[in-house]
Amino acid sequence: MDSNLSHRLKARALKLAHLATLFVAMSIICLPGLWIVLNSFRPTVEIMAKPPVWIPNELNLDHYRSMFGGIGEGGVPVLTYFMNSLVISVTSTVIALLVGMAGGYAFARYKFKGKAALFVGLMVTRAVPGVALSLPLFIVYARIGIIDTHFGMILTYVAMNVPFTVWLIDGFFRQVPKELAEAAEIDGCTRWQAFWRVEFPVAKAGIASAGIFAFLTSWNEYALASQLTRSVTSKTMPVGLLDFTSEFTLNWGGMCALAVLMIIPALVLTFLVQKHLIAGLTFGGVKG
Amino acid sequence: MAEVHLEKVVKKYGSFQVVHGIDLEIAHNEFVVFVGPSGCGKSTTLRMIAGLESISGGNIRIGDRVVNDLPPRSRNISMVFQNYALYPHMTVRENLGFSLKIANKPQAEIEAAVNEAAEILSLTPLMDRRPAELSGGQRQRVAMGRAIVRHPDVFLFDEPLSNLDAKLRNQMRVEIKKLHAKIKTTIIYVTHDQVEAMTLADRIVIMRNGHIEQQGTPLDVFTNPVNTFVATFIGSPPMNLIDGTVEAGHVVFSDGSRLPVPPRYAASEGQKVQFGVRADNIMPIGHALPPEEHMAELDMTVSLSEPLGTETILFGEISGTEVQAKMFNPRPVVPGERMRFQVTLDKCHLFDAESGHNLRV
Repeated sequence: MDSNLSHRLKARALKLAHLATLFVAMSIICLPGLWIVLNSFRPTVEIMAKPPVWIPNELNLDHYRSMFGGIGEGGVPVLTYFMNSLVISVTSTVIALLVGMAGGYAFARYKFKGKAALFVGLMVTRAVPGVALSLPLFIVYARIGIIDTHFGMILTYVAMNVPFTVWLIDGFFRQVPKELAEAAEIDGCTRWQAFWRVEFPVAKAGIASAGIFAFLTSWNEYALASQLTRSVTSKTMPVGLLDFTSEFTLNWGGMCALAVLMIIPALVLTFLVQKHLIAGLTFGGVKG
Repeated sequence: MAEVHLEKVVKKYGSFQVVHGIDLEIAHNEFVVFVGPSGCGKSTTLRMIAGLESISGGNIRIGDRVVNDLPPRSRNISMVFQNYALYPHMTVRENLGFSLKIANKPQAEIEAAVNEAAEILSLTPLMDRRPAELSGGQRQRVAMGRAIVRHPDVFLFDEPLSNLDAKLRNQMRVEIKKLHAKIKTTIIYVTHDQVEAMTLADRIVIMRNGHIEQQGTPLDVFTNPVNTFVATFIGSPPMNLIDGTVEAGHVVFSDGSRLPVPPRYAASEGQKVQFGVRADNIMPIGHALPPEEHMAELDMTVSLSEPLGTETILFGEISGTEVQAKMFNPRPVVPGERMRFQVTLDKCHLFDAESGHNLRV
């Protein structure tokens, strides 16, 4: 056979295999999510059916309707949970970013005593599993009276996220050449102006991605929140999912509906910020 | 519009001293080049003048102000960095106008200054591009434009051409020289490339290990190097230095060949010296530049030749030291050929073998 032809066939076969593998991998990743969305729109009978019903017979908004309905009709305080989640996640993310920027910049630019030890120390805090801290945190928070408050949750999430944002943002500031700030200082900026007008905009994409990570961590966190929140005053959405369990039944449809509501803001945020995550912005300012 | 004075300027990092009390006066409008091998303290000195490094001792004055503790923004200087340091998130126009914007100048004034700078450096068609969309030479020009819009007192260049390829480097070198003629500002320029130093400078300052070895006009340091370091650092190919001993008015080399002590030089009998001769001053007889005046002759076996067109560099050996010579109106040379060379003694040097100092009286 013509060797050109055989190579072409081989390349085509490889391409097909590549696409097939990709499809299988993506299905495995996406299927649970799709199943949640699907289940939120169909009756409980169909959800529980064995063997599973793959193609839904009927789609409706019953679960959403009852979730937003009154008490006794299967309703849960969705809006309150949503607001709790939003306030806690956004506030803790903003604080974690500010601290992360200050810390990351210091680690990237300055030499100081105990720098390496401090950095390792920050990383070690990440090695402790969050759940292991739930009981000590519960006791401390209960004693000082910040259990079941927004403040308590924000404090927890800031502590969880700061080491991570410091580490990420340190990496991004390291990529910004020192000469940019020096050039800005010579151009008439103060140290502070040089940071905000030159270094910050250049590292913005990296800081945004650190922000997404911090936000998603807080938004999705369940283990600690389930211990440290008690009532509607501070319960976040992941904890709210438990409202669908009762003594003898599990309201799968309702749970899925709330889960969908949880996923939407996270998706929207990721898409919004993704636009700013264009890599390579730092390049070109210095030698090519 | 200012002169720069350095008085016993010292830089220490902890106990490690990199600049050892430098004294230097730079006149208004002068183009001064700091040159030296890497680690000689030239960039550190420049950064101290810029205010990017603190000074550990001495005084720096720009105009009549002592600027020792002033931040860079208060010194009215501008600087071109080796890696250009353009702001990647701004267009060329914004890069050029940044300093004026920071100074809260009115929009019309900024525009006028930016357009003028763009005109001088032919950047006008590139104004709306970002640095990432520019070539190396264009980035270099933007960096210079950013420096000139402010009409600074002093211009600082930190190895600005070392990231460009050879052809572009030559071109930009000419542009920098033209720029200096046009804008008439004091320029301090750091480079490790002696060709750049020779071609650009009004005055060359040669540095080594945090000391100034010699300063003077390019011609001056080329023709009268104070020691072997300057002699071999300035000029290409570097000056040949051949070890010898003074005997009866001659320098005798270990292989037995000898050359007279150059005129205006004094060395005591038996003194160990280094005989310094540039390739331009040792040429095969019959292939020298007219007038073929000579004061001494010498035989040497040619081991290698490098034809360059109008001239050929010949490599030989005198008492174990490699010697480069120049041959004009070249003819093909066979390796191993023994040739007779003429040495222009007038332009030769004698250095003390131990201290390296020039022995001219």
